[in-house]
Amino acid sequence: MTAALRFDPIRLPEKCEQLRKEVRAFLAEEIAAGTFDPHKPNREDTDAPEFSRRVGAKGWLGMTWPKKYGGQERSFLERYVVTEEMRVANAPTRRFFVADRQSGPVLIKYAPEHIKMDILPRICRGEICFAIGMSEPNSGSDLFAAKTRATKTDGGYLINGTKIWTSSAHIADYMIAIFRTSPPTKENRRHGLTQFLVKMKQPGIQVNPIGQITGQYEFNEVVFTDFFVPDDHVLGEVDGAWKQATSELAYERSGPERFLETYYVLTELVRAVGPNPDTRSAEGIGRLVAQLHTMRRMSVSVAGMLQAGKEPVVEASIVKDIGTVWEQQLPHRVRDLAAFVEETATNRETLERQLDFAIKTAPKLTIQGGTTEVLRGIIARGLGLR
Amino acid sequence: MAESDNIVVETAEKIFADLADPQTINNDRKDSWQAPLWQALSEAGLPLSWVPDDLGGSGASLADGFALLNAAGRFAVAVPLAETMLAGWLLAQAKIASPEGEMTVLPASPKDRITLAADGSLSGRARGVPFAKAAKHFAVLAHGRDGASIALVDASKGRIESGLNVGYDHSDTVTLDKVQPVTLRPAPKGFDQTTMMLMGGVARSLQIAGALEAMLDISVRYSNERVAFEKKISKFQAVQHNLARLAGESAAALAAATSAADAIANARTFDDEVYLEAASAKIRCAEAAEKGGAIAHQVHGAIGFTLEHILHRYSLRALAWRDDFGSESHWAVELGKLIANRGADELWPLVASR
Repeated sequence: MTAALRFDPIRLPEKCEQLRKEVRAFLAEEIAAGTFDPHKPNREDTDAPEFSRRVGAKGWLGMTWPKKYGGQERSFLERYVVTEEMRVANAPTRRFFVADRQSGPVLIKYAPEHIKMDILPRICRGEICFAIGMSEPNSGSDLFAAKTRATKTDGGYLINGTKIWTSSAHIADYMIAIFRTSPPTKENRRHGLTQFLVKMKQPGIQVNPIGQITGQYEFNEVVFTDFFVPDDHVLGEVDGAWKQATSELAYERSGPERFLETYYVLTELVRAVGPNPDTRSAEGIGRLVAQLHTMRRMSVSVAGMLQAGKEPVVEASIVKDIGTVWEQQLPHRVRDLAAFVEETATNRETLERQLDFAIKTAPKLTIQGGTTEVLRGIIARGLGLR
Repeated sequence: MAESDNIVVETAEKIFADLADPQTINNDRKDSWQAPLWQALSEAGLPLSWVPDDLGGSGASLADGFALLNAAGRFAVAVPLAETMLAGWLLAQAKIASPEGEMTVLPASPKDRITLAADGSLSGRARGVPFAKAAKHFAVLAHGRDGASIALVDASKGRIESGLNVGYDHSDTVTLDKVQPVTLRPAPKGFDQTTMMLMGGVARSLQIAGALEAMLDISVRYSNERVAFEKKISKFQAVQHNLARLAGESAAALAAATSAADAIANARTFDDEVYLEAASAKIRCAEAAEKGGAIAHQVHGAIGFTLEHILHRYSLRALAWRDDFGSESHWAVELGKLIANRGADELWPLVASR
């Protein structure tokens, strides 16, 4: 076989189920206290700093990290449970999600010890928010075309240029970004970019919010003008960021957030059709649930393989490809199925409001964090086609 | 399950490679490959994998048997291996010993029913029974006044209307008219026709997943050989992206089928959780058979549409297997009803329970 794709049927261990109960109980309390409304994915209070601290106090941020950095040394599968329960409840995770999933692990791998000791415990306590500085006005999927310059100066670097589509930059305390430290070489066009830790909310950084078609202002343009970054904020090898980016992708691409972003409309559809659905609704719901279940099993499988120390890069890309296409189509399929729902369904207004938002959200799902086209290119490479 | 890591699968793969090579079979117009293949499989005890030693079988685990079916799908095996395995499994549920030779199970559709009369005779019509014409015996699930029973029936006692499915394999209508079974025993408590359909559906799901793995493999290989517009077609981005989607469908089928198999292998009862797994596998694998098979054909162009090429052995069988033991439409309606009946707030707990 040229393509030995593996999806071992991994089950979440017993201890995950106890944790799941704790997370559900915590979220139920938060909902009861009015922190967020699980039926409103389009809430305005994306910041929710107090909620973030309470999640941290539970030990659910950085939970896989070493204890000396504030982590719990728990398994990747336990983190999986926390992530999916938060996502399904529409909890306001924006403030800590990026730091917990991505930025913390990068720091653990590449930051100097004193920076780790300073920043990681604060992530674990839910105190700080991270953004990722990848895309630029003329480089998105083509990451290695980035032009924002980091010029060597005494004790550090001066940053000049613009990052764009940067989620949460307007609330972020830090950004992990790639900047150009050298021109690309003839042999390697990916050469010359370096990963940096950037402390936000300082002079020399201007954050300009950009309105999204959903009506929200979640992403931004971030302009750097002679902004100073000290030497010890370099993450990893100077000019060698391309070697560091790929190994994170399996973690970033296969999580439950890659197919649950519009999940709430399916729940609401089931509520709207009631306990005795007609054949059309029943079949539609049955297919969607079968597809959802399959994706979740694939996603858990990748999480389990990661926990076991494997690197299922192609499998993770497949999960994101299938998952994001599915969550993108979901609001439209639900709309089809809801067309004949009784006018008297008590949650009709909620469903319509949710569909309105989910349909506007849908286009971004196959773009953010690696477009469908890029993913299929990675899969094709894994198949031996390029 | 791309790597064989158990002895049952290793044995089977060796036999398939020797005696069920798709290209050799495809060139053989007289089906003379069938008898030696069946004989080798039988001598290795594979058709009765799921029958305990004391009932005449080889007593392999459910998990090993499922892995064997996945391997059979990778070779598009067209002898009643899956059917005899299912029949042996069904008979073993009622502690009925399995005879030698080919068997199949009836009914093979959730819509059909065989009834058990007070005099112990069986009547009813079962459509789309795979390999009924090749079978020496039928394993039958029948319903009488006292609930479900399992019976071993001499195949010559039934009336068989011969038919072929879209994969050119036998899919026959079997009519039993007051037939006295060889053996009849009550089914275990809680065992019903749905249990049997879910088990059959998971078997078919694993076969479909295997066929898709093979379709991906031969499509990738072909795209790396075929030259058009002065380059290998694998270098065209449109072709690459199609094959990436085929890999996705193959992966989804494999994940759904192996997850369901694992669920059944470790289940005490066929509860809602197992139902979700097994029904989802059949639905998702059937969808993958359609989408994935279409891409495999698209990549191959006209050559894949010929009888000479082996692609159809996989693509048409995968499509045909969708129909057995409940189509994806059937299971989607049933699963949808289950979900609706449990209620909106119970959907996520069910999904997350797996």
